[in-house]
This record gives sequence, C-alpha cells and structure tokens, in this order.
Amino acid sequence: MPALAPGKRLKSAVCTTEIMVITAPEGDVDLRCGGAPMAEDGDGSGTVDAAHGEGSAIGKRYVNGDGSLEVLCVKAGDGSLSLGEDALKVKDAKKLPKTD
Amino acid sequence: MMLLEMAAGGFGDRVAFTDPRVGDSITYQQLYDAAGAAARDIRACGAARVAMLDVSNLAIPVALFASGWAGVPYVPINYRLTAQEIDALLKRVQPAYLVTDEERAASFTGRECAALRARDAFLETTRRGGASDEQRSMAPDDIGVLLFTSGTTGTPKAAVLRHRHLVSYILSSVEFASAAEDEAALVCVPPYHIAGIAATLSSVYAGRRVVQLANFSADAWIDAARAERITTAFVVPTMLARIVAALEGEKNANMPHLQSLSYGGGKMPVTVIEKALALFPETDFTNAYGLTETSSTITVLGPEEHRAAMATEDEAASRRLVSVGVAMPGVEIEIRDGQGNPLPPGERGEIHVRGEQVSGEYEDRGSLVDANGWFPTRDAGYQDEAGYLFLDGRADDVIVRGGENMSPGEIEDVLLEHVAVADAAVVGLPSEEWGEAVSAVVVAASGTPVGDALAQELRAWVKQRMRSSRVPESVAFWSDLPYNETGKLLRREVKARLVDPRENVRAAVPLLYTGDIERSLAFYCDKLGFTLQNRWDPEGRLAWCLLAMEGAELMLQRAEPADLTGLAAGRSDIALFFVCEDVDALHERFLSRGVAAKPPTVAFYGMRQVTVRDPDGRSICFEHPVEAGEGFSR
Repeated sequence: MPALAPGKRLKSAVCTTEIMVITAPEGDVDLRCGGAPMAEDGDGSGTVDAAHGEGSAIGKRYVNGDGSLEVLCVKAGDGSLSLGEDALKVKDAKKLPKTD
Repeated sequence: MMLLEMAAGGFGDRVAFTDPRVGDSITYQQLYDAAGAAARDIRACGAARVAMLDVSNLAIPVALFASGWAGVPYVPINYRLTAQEIDALLKRVQPAYLVTDEERAASFTGRECAALRARDAFLETTRRGGASDEQRSMAPDDIGVLLFTSGTTGTPKAAVLRHRHLVSYILSSVEFASAAEDEAALVCVPPYHIAGIAATLSSVYAGRRVVQLANFSADAWIDAARAERITTAFVVPTMLARIVAALEGEKNANMPHLQSLSYGGGKMPVTVIEKALALFPETDFTNAYGLTETSSTITVLGPEEHRAAMATEDEAASRRLVSVGVAMPGVEIEIRDGQGNPLPPGERGEIHVRGEQVSGEYEDRGSLVDANGWFPTRDAGYQDEAGYLFLDGRADDVIVRGGENMSPGEIEDVLLEHVAVADAAVVGLPSEEWGEAVSAVVVAASGTPVGDALAQELRAWVKQRMRSSRVPESVAFWSDLPYNETGKLLRREVKARLVDPRENVRAAVPLLYTGDIERSLAFYCDKLGFTLQNRWDPEGRLAWCLLAMEGAELMLQRAEPADLTGLAAGRSDIALFFVCEDVDALHERFLSRGVAAKPPTVAFYGMRQVTVRDPDGRSICFEHPVEAGEGFSR
C-alpha cells in the first residue's frame, strides 16, 4: 500500500473510477475501489466486487468515518470507494455564495 | 487541467465560453480537445512558459488549460502596459510560447520567442486538432500560473501560484457541476488579473457558461447582462459605480436573470452598494476579498449578511455592510501589530492569512510565508467580535504624526461626507516638526469652486468631527485620483506627486490629427524644444507619440475624421490646456527659441498660463495653479 500525499491521483483496478487525494493519514493507506486496491497505474480490467459495487460519482468528495481520509472523484466508475472494507461516504456539499 | 478534464467528462456538451464580440462559443469537450492540441504544440517548441498577451477571448481558456496540460507555467501579461513595459516582461519569461492578437503578432515577428502564435490562427489550429492523447503533467507542486503584480513601485513581481494552491481554492469554494444548465457568468475583469483566472477556473468546475466581456463599459455590461441572460457576475467597485450611474433614474436594473453579483478588489463606497442593493432587489450580493498571492478570495460577505445589514437597526450588523466578511473554509485570518503579536478584536493591524490556497511566493524572491504558514498581506484592518474583517488601507499607509498613529482611511471617510467632495485621498508627507504631516488631496464635486476657502472649510469640517491631530495640514485639489484598474487607490503615487509636483504633470487630452501629424511633430520638437519620449508606427505610419519638455508633457494622436468632436477638430477659437510645472521657465524657453509667446498671465480662475499657436491655428495653453495669495490679472 502506498503512502498518500495530497494531490496524488489513483485509478481503480476494476472500473473507470479515478480519484485525487485531498487529505490522507500518515503512513500506508489501504484505499480500494470496487473492493480492489487503487494504484497510480490501475488499469480497470478486473471485476467489481458486488459488495463494493454502488459506484462512484464525478465531482463528489468521499471521506472515512473520522475525516482523516478525503478523496475527490475525478472520473466516475462502477466500483465504490472504501478504506479497507469500510465504505467511504459522500461528504456533504457546502453552501457558499459565488465569489467570482 | 484536472478541473477541465472533469468538466469535459461530466458535461462535455455544455457551452463553456462565449465571446460575444465574434459570436463564437466553445464547449467543455471542445475546450479539452483544443487544450490537448495546444499542449502538443507547446511541448514541440520547447517553451518554458506560455505567455498570453490579449483581451478576453476564447483563446485564453485554451492556452490556460494547455499550459497546465504541458506542465509549463501560464503567464498572462497586461496588454494595457506600454510597449517597453511589455518587452521587459516578455524578456523575463523566455523561452515562451506567446499567444497574442493578430496585429501584435505581425509586429512581433522575428522576436526571441520559442513560438509566436496569432490568436485567431491559434484557435483555428487547436480546435481542428482533434482528440489528444498527449501525456498530461500532474504534479501538484508544479507552477500553474505566474501573475505579474501591478508594481506601482519598481519592477513588477511575479507571484507564483502552484497547482495545489489553485486546486485547493477551487475545491474549497466551488461544488463540481453545481451550475444549472442555463447559468451564465459575465466575466469583465481582465484575464491577467487573479479575479479573471479564478472566474475561469470556478466556472469550468461548476459547469457555468462564461460570457467574456473584453472591454468594460457600463453600457456594454448592462447590454450583455440582459442579452446573454447572465445569472452571475463579478465586478470591481469602480465598475459597479459606473453601472449604478448608468442606471440612474431607473427604479430597477431590469435584470431578472441576475441571481448573484459579487464584488471586490478595492474599497466599495457605501453609497454605491446601497444604491446597487436598491436597483437589484432580487440579486444576491457577495463581497469577496482576496489577493493574487492567496489564489483569489479569502473572505466573503454573503447575501444574507447584505440583507441583514440593510434591514437591521443593530449597529454592529449594519456596519458589516462595509466589511469584507468572514474567512472562507480552510482559511484563517489573524491581525498582528508591527512586532508580529496577535491583536484583539477592534484593533487595527496587518492582516495575516493562512491556508492551503495561500502561496505568498514570488519568482526569484522566495516565499513570504513564515514557518507556521502565515502570509503577511501588507493590507491593514481589524476584525469585530464575530470575526468580520474590515479593511483599512495598507499596513504601511499608517500616518505617524508626532508619535501618534492614524489611519488615512478614517480621515478620507470624513472628507467624503462633505457635499463638496467627490473623492479624497489622505497621505502622510515628511515633516520636520511632526515626522509626518497629514496631507489631503480632494477631487471637488463638479461645479464646486476650489481654492483656499474650500480648503479652510474642509479643515474645519474634519476638526469638528475628529481629533485635531487628524486635521490635514494641507489640502490640494486635483481633477482625479490615481487608481489601479481594480479600483485600488494608489496612495504611493499620490504621495509621490505631492512630494514632487512634476509627478503631477500629465497631458490632459491627446491632440488629435487627421492631417499632417508629422508636420506638427516637427513643430513641437524642432521649434518648441520638446523631446520625443515614445512613438508608435504600426504599418509605417505614426499612430501616436508622446512628447515631453521640462515638466510639460503632451501626446499627438492620429484620428479618423469621424472620431473628432468640434473641440478636437482644431477650431481655432478653442484652446487646449496642458499642465506645466513652471510656466515662466517654459515661456523663457519659448522666447530663446524664437517662438512667439506673450508673457505668462494669471487667469481669473487661478491658473498661470502661457499660450502659443500651433501650425493648425489652435491655441495651446500650458498652465499651473498659482500659489495662494498671488494676484489674478485679467
């Protein structure tokens, strides 16, 4: 498992999902998509684990329970994101006025 | 680049940018493909920078995203600078891939550039390029944009914005694909300004169509807002003031589509924002404060707070209308004194900011961010108990008179309340007695006679309302104050002009010629003794030139007959007036050169003048205000 730095891009091994890391805990992070570990060179050729098959949505931010891991989905896919076995949840959109 | 990739993937068929001048538009997918084709071209020529020297048009987002794709910094250059200033900046960004308008591109042929692309050809080629599989550069630490700051003193600094700063700003302030299909943003800030960059990136990420307004005028803005059914727009205070003035007499701005109007970039006069709130009753107003070095907005005063401030009797809440709001998510603000100690609410000090979007870095000068991540903005202000930030000039604007610190903004606010004052600037000038003396420059309301009587009245006006130390020792009257293009008062320039009046010499209007401009140029240079400062000869024909001579400056400009009014068309019964520091010396000079000129006289309105006739029979008058007490001669 790679250590994740903010800005790092990872691809799913089992679908078209791509993410960018926004925040990540220190050390190795077991970030998965569709049940399989994500990697910089994930080729999407594997099969989505049905237990992690709800899909990812472009532009959504996903966080773990304590908020120590946050990723941005930059390309949607059939697999859903998880930290180990624990599914990541969509972070609520903030309501901000338009400034520019 | 990632932002555009997401936009193309999420809503590729939506229209991304519209250039109403040429009636052309580009979708997100087309923009993505064009950026890929341009990136290939940029890489092929070995450029280290992408330089953009042009007004708002469709080539701008193509070049911006292409530079990110190719992994080289994007450097927009202010096309309003003089030819020499532009040359100096271009030298600093070589080897560059330069995109500019067709006319400039033709005149730049043969320059040292990795590649020179004329805008229309650039757009045509890149839009024909088809889908690109060109490898993308992705490092968050790469430089995304280099922005030259306005550089009111010395050489412009190049602020460094890395991808991580820009992306962090967008992710914390914009929700992906949050714009409805019919939303459109009117972008009228220049593309070389941080607000222009931020508007481009935010709109792309939100999926909001951008309508590009190349040259701002209130009428053009109003027309575009109505015709393009604009839903959101950003303006600087001077723009809003002009829009409000252009709508004078109308009860309602009649822009039912305009959901939100944000403003920032300088101090917004409270009278302007109050009028605007009345004219746009359905529109959400947002005040945004930010800097180039912070990737744009860091504090926001939102629509609810605008309405609350208008509706309430509560003084603290209504005062917030003149604040710039509270820090954005992920941004921290701290006010510090001169020693760097944090100050409590209500106390004025230098604004410090911390956050992922804060760069604070300049090319070749390193970062101004301290070990704990704080960036000193050089802006001064204070926060109220609830964290609302009030701007109060620049940190180094503070006037220290006899050991007492005072803020010029407070004194300006009091002057502005006087009915005879249209605009005011207060600065500290060196004084042997006080260290610094409070000096005011006032632009009088139109039709108000200026002079000693008004100066005395204004001093008394301040004295009634403030401590006596705040009363200006001197009050000068100017026809206008120097502002930068986003409406920030250039206080340093005011100071420089007050200290050395020669700084104040500016040709009031250019002399317009349809006839023999070269003959007149020869007259001014050979006969009167002016020296040529600068001339521009597109197509081998003099378009304009700037002349100067010991405190006098004037400009000759070629014009089409249709451009000319009666005044400029050379009616000999009308004089043209130019500011001149030393009228008597100029007269001596004319005589020594054999130019017929009567001795200087003082006009009844207090100007010492010397007049000569030019070869076209026009009266050319050089003048300067007389000292107080000097008599008038009729």
